[in-house]
Amino acid sequence: MPAAAPSRPEQPPAGTVPGPRVDGEPMTGAQALVRSLESIGCDTVFGIPGGAILPAYDPLLDSEKVRHVLVRHEQGAGHAATGYAQATGKVGVCMATSGPGATNLITPLADAHMDSVPIVAITGQVARPLIGTDAFQEADITGITMPVTKHNMLVTDAAEIPRAIAEAFHLASTGRPGPVLVDISKDALQARTTFTWPPELKLPGYRPTTRPHGKQIREAAKLIAAARRPVLYVGGGVLKAEATAELMEIAELTDIPVVTTLMARGAFPDSHRQHVGMPGMHGSVSAVGAMQRSDLLITLGARFDDRVTGQLSTFAPDAKIVHADIDPAEISKNRRADVPIVGDCKEVLVELIDAVRTERDTQGVVDLTAWWATLDGWRETFPLGYDWPDDGSLSPQYVIERIGEIAGPDALYAAGVGQHQMWAAQFVKYEKPRTWLNSGGLGTMGYAVPAAMGAKTGLPDAVVWAIDGDGCFQMTNQELATCAIEGIPIKVAVINNGNLGMVRQWQTLFYGQRYSSTDLGTHKHRIPDFKLLAEAMGCVGLRAESKDEVDRVIKQAMEINDQPVVIDFTVGADAQVWPMVAAGTGNDEVMAARGIRPLFEGDELAPGVDEVAAVTERAQEDSAQYASDEDED
Amino acid sequence: METHTLSVLVEDKPGVLARVSGLFSRRSFNIISLAVGQTEQPGVSRMTIVVSVDDFPLEQVTKQLNKLVNVIKIVELEPAASVQRELLLVKVRADAGVRSQVLEAVALFRAKVVDVAPEALTIEATGTMDKLNALLRILEPYGIREMVQSGMVAVGRGPRSITASAVR
Repeated sequence: MPAAAPSRPEQPPAGTVPGPRVDGEPMTGAQALVRSLESIGCDTVFGIPGGAILPAYDPLLDSEKVRHVLVRHEQGAGHAATGYAQATGKVGVCMATSGPGATNLITPLADAHMDSVPIVAITGQVARPLIGTDAFQEADITGITMPVTKHNMLVTDAAEIPRAIAEAFHLASTGRPGPVLVDISKDALQARTTFTWPPELKLPGYRPTTRPHGKQIREAAKLIAAARRPVLYVGGGVLKAEATAELMEIAELTDIPVVTTLMARGAFPDSHRQHVGMPGMHGSVSAVGAMQRSDLLITLGARFDDRVTGQLSTFAPDAKIVHADIDPAEISKNRRADVPIVGDCKEVLVELIDAVRTERDTQGVVDLTAWWATLDGWRETFPLGYDWPDDGSLSPQYVIERIGEIAGPDALYAAGVGQHQMWAAQFVKYEKPRTWLNSGGLGTMGYAVPAAMGAKTGLPDAVVWAIDGDGCFQMTNQELATCAIEGIPIKVAVINNGNLGMVRQWQTLFYGQRYSSTDLGTHKHRIPDFKLLAEAMGCVGLRAESKDEVDRVIKQAMEINDQPVVIDFTVGADAQVWPMVAAGTGNDEVMAARGIRPLFEGDELAPGVDEVAAVTERAQEDSAQYASDEDED
Repeated sequence: METHTLSVLVEDKPGVLARVSGLFSRRSFNIISLAVGQTEQPGVSRMTIVVSVDDFPLEQVTKQLNKLVNVIKIVELEPAASVQRELLLVKVRADAGVRSQVLEAVALFRAKVVDVAPEALTIEATGTMDKLNALLRILEPYGIREMVQSGMVAVGRGPRSITASAVR
């Protein structure tokens, strides 16, 4: 088994807490916190100490089971916990002090919330008598993080610490996973208490449904048996449920094409004949087309995100919807489901496979030859591709493609947000679960370096690449110092186009090439010099500026395993991400390349140069509705 | 405007009201009325929430509410199968000349006078929103000096209890 695909961590039965029994051992609240973390199986904490959390750091120094990774910014701790969780499937843990320490965790908490990543954040709070007095470094972090956590709690009684930690881990890792914050007042950490393990969970309002309803499963199987143009629409829930083997089984049993969303890359091998690509705004024509022309979307742990559906009213107009998700609130939220199934994707698939087999025994096998002919036609005519820049500069897509080819499918890839993220989703070929880490929902620039650090900490034997942009890299590269000092040898490819590339692409297409505030100067002035920056941070710094240097530096980086490596790939600024569905337009208008709309009725030939302008106009008409569409690099 | 009345049993913990009201505001759900109080079960509070469902289906509202860890149970109370009441306290200008007319209106609505001053009466009334609005329309011409309303509270008709089975 490759290091990148660990087996599913043991999930305790609902309501029980793992760990050795302890009965009433006297200690401080801080010691109880560390013992709770040890007992529940936490092996790594990413964090920074400070006044209110200081008591917790004292027993942490003595812990032989919990490694503390001292980061350089709390945001790094949060994303590292996320990267650790996404790579290993275990709960990621980060720790910060009160006030600014805690508020610096908000972005990673919101990020983990959007992408359903199980992390637990532990923050110090000012002592109970000071709460509410605007004390030094006081922030109402439970109030602030309410909308961006699955749950949070304030603990002011030392005796409650073990239960709070156990509940936090249980909430984070079961049901729809997500971030949980535990805020502990300084006096609770300092107080004397007794430690008893396991604590009893008191969560009367928390009962996630994992077992699907039998009738709904049979209904889904009937629709599958009747469909002529079915698609398995696979989201991140399949990875979280560790259901990739079951996905393979149902796909091969039924011959139904599979699309994997941005959050699900690696849930189904890219090399498999039935994989027709990633859907969405920058998805492949075959994947977008498959969904648009489908008569049945078998939706597994996906949520009909606006970046996948495009204009909702014209999305997959002929498709019936089977929607399986562990979160009932996702079902029929954006697109009404004909067959709603609430349950864990693994349990859903196990039962669905049985039901599909039963259905086939009576109804026979559906012939999907015509459907596959259509899909194969799109795949052949509109494969993912790119042109080399006219100005002779290095192609960013080529760099990313070569990293994927040289590092291979056992490596992990963490991306930032923007053009390089889309290219990394398109041009690295994912074969295995948990090898692709990115910020899908929140779109958090700066995610890559700390997330790669977290992933590498959790899986020290795996090769971990951060594929970052020059904009993103400048937001969180301080964690390279952490990596260098803590011995976390990640590899960072900075796809340096000198600009906030995705924003620039939109300015090119939709704002008349008026490049407002997108030139970062990293080309013009070489400020910062990423090679020198890397060296200053204790990393190996490399640079490639032409095609013939690319393989050499990647191979050189692959051979360095005792130090982090940063490669500055100086690439052209004008490369664009294609295909593209312009914001506010329907997926029928997907453009394979600028001006080429394969699915648009009547567009036998490539339309004129006005095409993009027309799309722009429509997009701007809808701009009120899509006010939050600004992408970033 | 189409409204629904939800009885929401929640854990009696700090911040639970903020969690519920925050959820409504960030998802643009529209609260018409919200009332919170204790129940016969220790540690369990009950919210009665009247929601407008013009923009979002009720199903989304209840599903999102159910995701809150402190929410134990949600029951929709149909108007026909439940008793729904609101409390109104209203101070009406009523000097000797019109006092008897005001008192007549109070009697008609089975409301009662809880405070008397030479130029004003304070009236307490309970009932559905419709009844209280009707009373206010009658009182308006005399001059309403001040009024305060509780949120709606509601309980299902018949012997069954929604709280009894809620706490395991």
